[in-house]
Amino acid sequence: MKNSSRRGFMGKAFGAVAGVGAVASLYAMKRSWDPLPSVKAAGFTTLDMSIYKENELVVEKWRGKPIFILKQSKEMLDTQDKNMSQLTGESTGAMDKKRLIKIGDDHFLVCVGLCTHLGCIPGYNADEKSFLCACHGGMYDDTGMVTKSPPPRGLDIPPFKIDGNKLVLGESSPEYEKMIADGVTLKV
Amino acid sequence: MKELFILAIVTTFTLVTYYLVEPFAHANMHAHHESQDFTYNDLPALTKKGDVTRGKDLVMGAGACAGCHSIKVADMPAPMDAVTAAQSYGVNPPDLSNAGAVYDAKFLAALIKNPAHALMLENKYNEKTGKTFPMPQFYGAGGDIDQEIADMVAYLQSIAPKEEELTANEAFETACGRCHAVHYEYNLDDKLHPSWTQIGEKPTFKHKQDELAFETKVLDYQDSLTKYLGKLPPDLSMYIRSRGEHFLSTFAENPDNYLKGTAMPRVGVNAVAAEKVIEHLADVGDSKRHMRDSIGKNVMIFIIIFAIFAILWKKEVWKELH
Amino acid sequence: MAHFTKATSLHDWLNQRLGVDTLNRVLATEYWIPKNINFLWAMGMILAITFGILLISGIFLLMYYQPNVNLAFDSVNYTIMQEVGYGWLWRHVHGVAASVVFLIIYIHMFTGIYYGSYKKGREMIWLSGMLLFVAFSAEAFSGYMLPWGQMSYWAGMVITNLFSGGSLHADGLVEWIRGDYVPAQAYLNRFFMLHVLLIPVAIMGLIGLHFGALRIPHVNNQDGEEIDFDVEAKKYLAGDKANSKVIRFVNDFLSKDMMVVGIYLIFFFYLVFYHFDFAMDPVNFDPADGLKTPTHIYPEWYFLWSYEILRPFSTNVGLIAFAFAQAIFFFLPFLDRSPNAVPASRRGLFKIWFWAMLVDMIVLTAMGKVPPVEPFGTIGFYAALTFIGLWIALPFITMLEKKV
Repeated sequence: MKNSSRRGFMGKAFGAVAGVGAVASLYAMKRSWDPLPSVKAAGFTTLDMSIYKENELVVEKWRGKPIFILKQSKEMLDTQDKNMSQLTGESTGAMDKKRLIKIGDDHFLVCVGLCTHLGCIPGYNADEKSFLCACHGGMYDDTGMVTKSPPPRGLDIPPFKIDGNKLVLGESSPEYEKMIADGVTLKV
Repeated sequence: MKELFILAIVTTFTLVTYYLVEPFAHANMHAHHESQDFTYNDLPALTKKGDVTRGKDLVMGAGACAGCHSIKVADMPAPMDAVTAAQSYGVNPPDLSNAGAVYDAKFLAALIKNPAHALMLENKYNEKTGKTFPMPQFYGAGGDIDQEIADMVAYLQSIAPKEEELTANEAFETACGRCHAVHYEYNLDDKLHPSWTQIGEKPTFKHKQDELAFETKVLDYQDSLTKYLGKLPPDLSMYIRSRGEHFLSTFAENPDNYLKGTAMPRVGVNAVAAEKVIEHLADVGDSKRHMRDSIGKNVMIFIIIFAIFAILWKKEVWKELH
Repeated sequence: MAHFTKATSLHDWLNQRLGVDTLNRVLATEYWIPKNINFLWAMGMILAITFGILLISGIFLLMYYQPNVNLAFDSVNYTIMQEVGYGWLWRHVHGVAASVVFLIIYIHMFTGIYYGSYKKGREMIWLSGMLLFVAFSAEAFSGYMLPWGQMSYWAGMVITNLFSGGSLHADGLVEWIRGDYVPAQAYLNRFFMLHVLLIPVAIMGLIGLHFGALRIPHVNNQDGEEIDFDVEAKKYLAGDKANSKVIRFVNDFLSKDMMVVGIYLIFFFYLVFYHFDFAMDPVNFDPADGLKTPTHIYPEWYFLWSYEILRPFSTNVGLIAFAFAQAIFFFLPFLDRSPNAVPASRRGLFKIWFWAMLVDMIVLTAMGKVPPVEPFGTIGFYAALTFIGLWIALPFITMLEKKV
């Protein structure tokens, strides 16, 4: 009847208005879960690249993760072509060079120090110039390419931006975008 | 009808209770002071027109200001670092780059002539107590002292930022920052500003030792300040909420109004700088106020619509019940 | 095992397992409420909604609050108020709701006293309601500790000192309650536990009891008329809604409730956004300092009447008066010796008693806030005596009441 359908309508209309309020509240609740500005601001780490020594692994921190900085020596750069990939059986030279960041005349490996297998931190052997992950025996060369399974891919490279002698981690740049395009690393 | 009568009774008793518990009680607990609009009526008016060039010569020369004060904007460095200065004088003599914009001209003139008087600290620094104020009086450079002082003030005003250029942050740092810390970081114009300590903004440190060294310096400075004033001035991070605009404004104008015999000097800010200082304190302690106002407006509109729909629904449902 | 048939719909499936239709009838569509009521009858729903608002806003505060004496103040006033997306909104909502809930509680309580809704079978509703008042008071007090401002600390100091029992000097008890010589980390943490878990759970249980206690006696009405709910329900269900003395809870009573809620929320949100200093006292925006007492310490407004009964007397007398004030309301159904369960306006001297009590509590509230200087000290003293006097007089006044 006219009355009851009108009442049904008014009730539904009121419910709809209340629903709008509920949705707005849900939005506010979602925003309260968002990472805080101070957390996002801490998502950038600036590194002074002039302090590192050749073939000496230094572990920095970015977004709570360990970051390997390995300055390449001339010897390391020259022998890159000799590294053989266990996965493909071919030289890793071409790919190796693409993984390095050039700052001035120096080349650096800057990568996330977490094994791409299951996340342990590999150790670096400066004499052998290789990384060994103690958890399951995975190995990487001095540019972070995989030389022994089980890791599925090379050590990931974080977004970076070159700023003179400094490297800002957390900010992307054309150099980083090129790395992604070349398949050197997955986006971190 | 009966319901409206009942509503009127409930509302009346509620409002009476509110009035007694809030406005009435608070009026009984707190003294109310009217603002003088920063006119500093107790200080003599300026009579001379200052000359900037002569003023610069005096500030750099006979005025001997540079003996203690840095003037960054004129490339004059501080003779000592802040901590050592505080240990020597009790407090770090301020940099004078912004003084001309932040302080009232009358006040500056009075300060140069007799600092303890302008700052209203004569009860602490006088012949009876035997204490001398760290900043000496200017006795003149041989000519008309009032003219000379007017010249110095003119110079300071010439090197200071213009009214529109002076940021809220700068006003605060100049007028209050040597004694009061503000440890809350704050977001302004998409930039996160670091904590403020009495010796400057807290930098970010890579090594813990450097951070601890800085904090030690701050503590050393605060020790000197406490010895000088008798008490460490409070951190002002939440003062905009704990004291409110009116109190802060009238307090800055004359601290003695509220805290008799306080060690805090009359700051001497002009009206514009005072407003900026308070704006800064609001940026630090009540940074979401603009959002609160705008969202508040939208919520009020929504909730009125909500109530209207509720009333309409009730009327429909109760049509057949009455 | 009950007999289950193949379900014909989702509704039927749920009905066979949970009895949703019966639940719907008993709790909603055939929960009969008298029609002869006014908007004051909606206060219960407003309380339920305000409690819900407190719970939800509390959840988001709980995500960021740090119950550590060094971190608590900044976790509230920096992180929540200025960093968390809409954190300031949850804090303002929570603070204002915590204050306004007591306004509604007092209106709800005094409505019950006025209409005699604590008598003749409704005693358990009254008692469970008073227990809820005590639980809400404890919840409010424990919550006020958490921002760890000056008022938090000194209110904690003063209220826990009460337990020393005046001349009893039970200082050991006070230290045990605090977990330390003064309110410190142990104190903050345990009141955090009380505020976030124990008391809310108790409140939810008591609400269940309160609702349960209401079901059998049914909701009261404006004239205290004894209604035959079965007869009136039959009339309603036969179609004669206009002449029936009862209405359904859902949608009839609910729609009126929602109307009152809508108007209440206008008032509530106005306070949240534009007028909140009464609920978030400026003194509490100074971090706690055990070596400095604020010039004026006072409890939140809803405790002031109680505080003022404690203040004017000497220590021991004050404590006894204070204990009396906390407990005496529980005894209302038993101190009221009259058989009349009708509005106070028809109860002779009780009408005067009611308004005198209301006015006296407002006077006590006002005097509890101001410093105990003259004339406030004297006014408060006599108001406290009046309070005690009124309760002592109640059995006598009501014994003399003529049966209506």
